[in-house]
Amino acid sequence: MNYHWNWRIFWEPAPNGTGTYLDMLLSGLVLTIETAICAWIIALITGSIVGVMRTLPSKTASRIGFLYVEFFRNMPLLVQLFLWFFVLPEILPRAWGLWLKQMPNAPFFTATIGLGLFMSARVAEQLRSGIGALPRGQKLAATALGLTTAQTYRYVLLPMAFRIILPPLTSEFLSTIKNTSVAITIGLIELTAEARAMQEFSFQVFEAFTAATVLYLLVNVVVVIAMRFVERGLAVPGYITGK
Amino acid sequence: MFANFDFDVIRRSLGYLFFDGMTFTLTLTGLATVGALVFGTLLALMRLSNSRLMGRIAGVYVDLMRSLPLVLVIFWFYFLVPYIGQWVTGSSRPVRVGAFTSSLVTFILFEAAYFSEIMRAGIQSISKGQPAAAQALGLTYSQTMRYVVLPQAFRNMLPVLLTQTIVLFQDTSLVYVLSIPDFLGAASKVAQRDGRLVEMYLFAAVVYFAISCVASFGVRRLQTRIAFVH
Repeated sequence: MNYHWNWRIFWEPAPNGTGTYLDMLLSGLVLTIETAICAWIIALITGSIVGVMRTLPSKTASRIGFLYVEFFRNMPLLVQLFLWFFVLPEILPRAWGLWLKQMPNAPFFTATIGLGLFMSARVAEQLRSGIGALPRGQKLAATALGLTTAQTYRYVLLPMAFRIILPPLTSEFLSTIKNTSVAITIGLIELTAEARAMQEFSFQVFEAFTAATVLYLLVNVVVVIAMRFVERGLAVPGYITGK
Repeated sequence: MFANFDFDVIRRSLGYLFFDGMTFTLTLTGLATVGALVFGTLLALMRLSNSRLMGRIAGVYVDLMRSLPLVLVIFWFYFLVPYIGQWVTGSSRPVRVGAFTSSLVTFILFEAAYFSEIMRAGIQSISKGQPAAAQALGLTYSQTMRYVVLPQAFRNMLPVLLTQTIVLFQDTSLVYVLSIPDFLGAASKVAQRDGRLVEMYLFAAVVYFAISCVASFGVRRLQTRIAFVH
């Protein structure tokens, strides 16, 4: 292979004046993590609401939840980001559209909201199956005790359901981190974009992508280990993985 | 809202969108699914084999692919495939590879990791008596797999495999980052040429939505039919 390796490239100054190439990649990593966490908060909140709606006795509520999930699941994330970024400002009333277009940091907010809603459909499906996995007796017992529907969810169903779906939620969070890279198409300069920029400035393709790969792997490992502690801390004695 | 909506730009570009763009997207989806299924099954067999080393290699490969974003992997292979080509053909310089070949290789290698996890679950769902009976009949390992285990595993996992194919279909839109004219890329080209972003992106969204909806509805019907047979 006639490729000129130069691993010392990371300590050389980058032409965009923000420090070395390594600094460039690390700032991309920080943006990836920030975007992923903000999107995840949106996904958890919206996803929980929709997931609960899908299990409610009301036909209308579960229908709306179903349509919501289908809407966000049947379009590629990239297309959804384009809709938020290019289409939404045009079809809103003029003043709002202008405000959206002039917003500083537009790629960040678009990516956060677009990715958050995209992932919320997945969270909703996980939560629905989590609630469905609970024995029917739980809900019946709560009703027999005189709890309202809201109380049944708040004190009986959701605490158990969220514990059951912690492992799949972990992998959904990992997908959220990975999916932030799709926002490269609307100009978010996250880790993959920084690696790409480094490749264009320095022509050191494989060093740049290797570094990005290693950083993504590190983030994965950290999340998996952290979630293992969370799972252990939240385990209910005598149930599922509890002791 | 639709007052200055130009439906004609969609009508004018229909031929380009579907004959060039959608053909690229669907061919890529189809070939990548077949390739990823074959390679993924091999990975699953490696992981379940008695050889520690083989299992290890397949495991590391699958975990690596599954922890990387597809966009990064697309970039990786876009630059790596010419060098792989040079190594395979033994030529003196990196081989020039077309956009289609490059993305096909990428999607086969990337999606194989996901297909292998599905096939592994499928193989593990077959009761132990099946391979034991096959061995008692004197079938070799490869015959056992080919005639007894894999057909059943494939059948059991068919709905999941098809769902993953729908995901793959949506994922192919990411070749946009290489400026390849797949369906979305074609729509985007027309959008930018004519300054009609709203119309073209809405239309692309509707088309993706319709295809995915119909496909996942079909998968759901298949699932209930299979569940009924069992």
